Amino acid sequence: MVIDYSVGNVESVCNAFRHIGCETELSRDSARIARATGLVLPGVAAFGYAMEALGDAAEPVKQAVLGGKPILGICVGHQLLFDESTEYGPHQGLGLVHGTVVGVPPVETVPHMGWNRVELPEDMDLFAGLGPARHFYFAHSYHAEVSDPQARTAPVDYGSPLTASVQKGNVYGVQFHPEKSSRQGLQVLKNFHEICRRWFQV
Amino acid sequence: MLTKRIIPCLDVKDNRVVKGVNFLNLRDAGDPVELGALYSDSGADELVFLDITATIRSRKTIVDMVKRVAENVFIPFTVGGGIRSVEQIDELLRSGAEKASVNTAAVQNPSLIAEAAKRFGNQCVVLAIDARRSKTRTGHWQVCVKAGSEPTDIDVVEWAKRGEELGAGEILLTSMDADGTKAGYDNALNRAVSDAVNIPVIASGGAGTLDHLYDAVVEGGADAVLMASITHFGNYTITHMKEYLRDRGLPMNL
Repeated sequence: MVIDYSVGNVESVCNAFRHIGCETELSRDSARIARATGLVLPGVAAFGYAMEALGDAAEPVKQAVLGGKPILGICVGHQLLFDESTEYGPHQGLGLVHGTVVGVPPVETVPHMGWNRVELPEDMDLFAGLGPARHFYFAHSYHAEVSDPQARTAPVDYGSPLTASVQKGNVYGVQFHPEKSSRQGLQVLKNFHEICRRWFQV
Repeated sequence: MLTKRIIPCLDVKDNRVVKGVNFLNLRDAGDPVELGALYSDSGADELVFLDITATIRSRKTIVDMVKRVAENVFIPFTVGGGIRSVEQIDELLRSGAEKASVNTAAVQNPSLIAEAAKRFGNQCVVLAIDARRSKTRTGHWQVCVKAGSEPTDIDVVEWAKRGEELGAGEILLTSMDADGTKAGYDNALNRAVSDAVNIPVIASGGAGTLDHLYDAVVEGGADAVLMASITHFGNYTITHMKEYLRDRGLPMNL
């Protein structure tokens, strides 16, 4: 299920899931969040705006995730998984993974926009079947500095290393846009779908 | 490091993809959604859809097309042609486009760039410039408007710099002299603009061979190369282009 909180183009994410044969429902209703097989938190907006827009849906999302339900954050949705962000002043995030969202170091042109190569650690479930490294489509000015010892991360090099993806238990995040990253992006969504199915069956 | 991008361009008229030679003599190259999905599946980095009818009546058609494209294309795509207002850009982005390109309307009303950049972010605003070599000033190019048909007194390099200041996230630079000739991009033009701005420049107009793509990046300083005929009519596949450029040392998404 894709969380509907009116930021950015959630429809693109739904289109991509539909294309891989995964049913999606767009909602922010707490009963539906509790019932869903998995949650997707999309987002194209500033962190503070996105967190505010999430509003009263934040608590049911957090409860579901703490209960073991898989969640995939995309772009700003990925950033919301962390403790806080410095974008336009300090803002609290969901705190599901420890870390802070900070500006992309201006070694190269910011925003970081385009296709870049992500190193894919073997033990990150989202990247199953994709090999040691693939290109994904990025469009962002902030990224997460991860301080959580339980989290695994996939880096991308943009003059300095940035966090392209995070995984901590059932919490998954990607800074890039899998829904716009061609076949390899769709594979990431398929892998998340599979993670959700396995969890739901248990 | 970001890769260099290969961007097929689909000129759309009456819901069909067409490509002219020097903007005349259009040939039919298929259904925009089908062709877009084909490119998306075959490794294109981005797509550009240009509505070359761009009449009031065609606006609804193009929005419907964008929605259908978004259901079938899983790479970023830009839509342009006849965009006159922030509201039109909003509608296109909501329908699934990543970026909107502005051309004539931005020349007539430069604040359109600033308003759109402020509302949607710089990354959503592409400034398309149709450039023609000046007959009176050597080493200069004139901005042309109305699908390239009407030259203005505006200098292309100055306009590109102004566009960046106003908030454009990218320049789509078409050489009217080279377009449709398949004789190579105008790399003096590409170099003059890419040296003058810090935002990405997409070279457009004149691609005929794989060498031309390489030259646009290396001689012209382009971040991306746009082409139509050489891919639509099957001369080269996207993979073919990318492997060639990678083998010559450019970073490519392969």
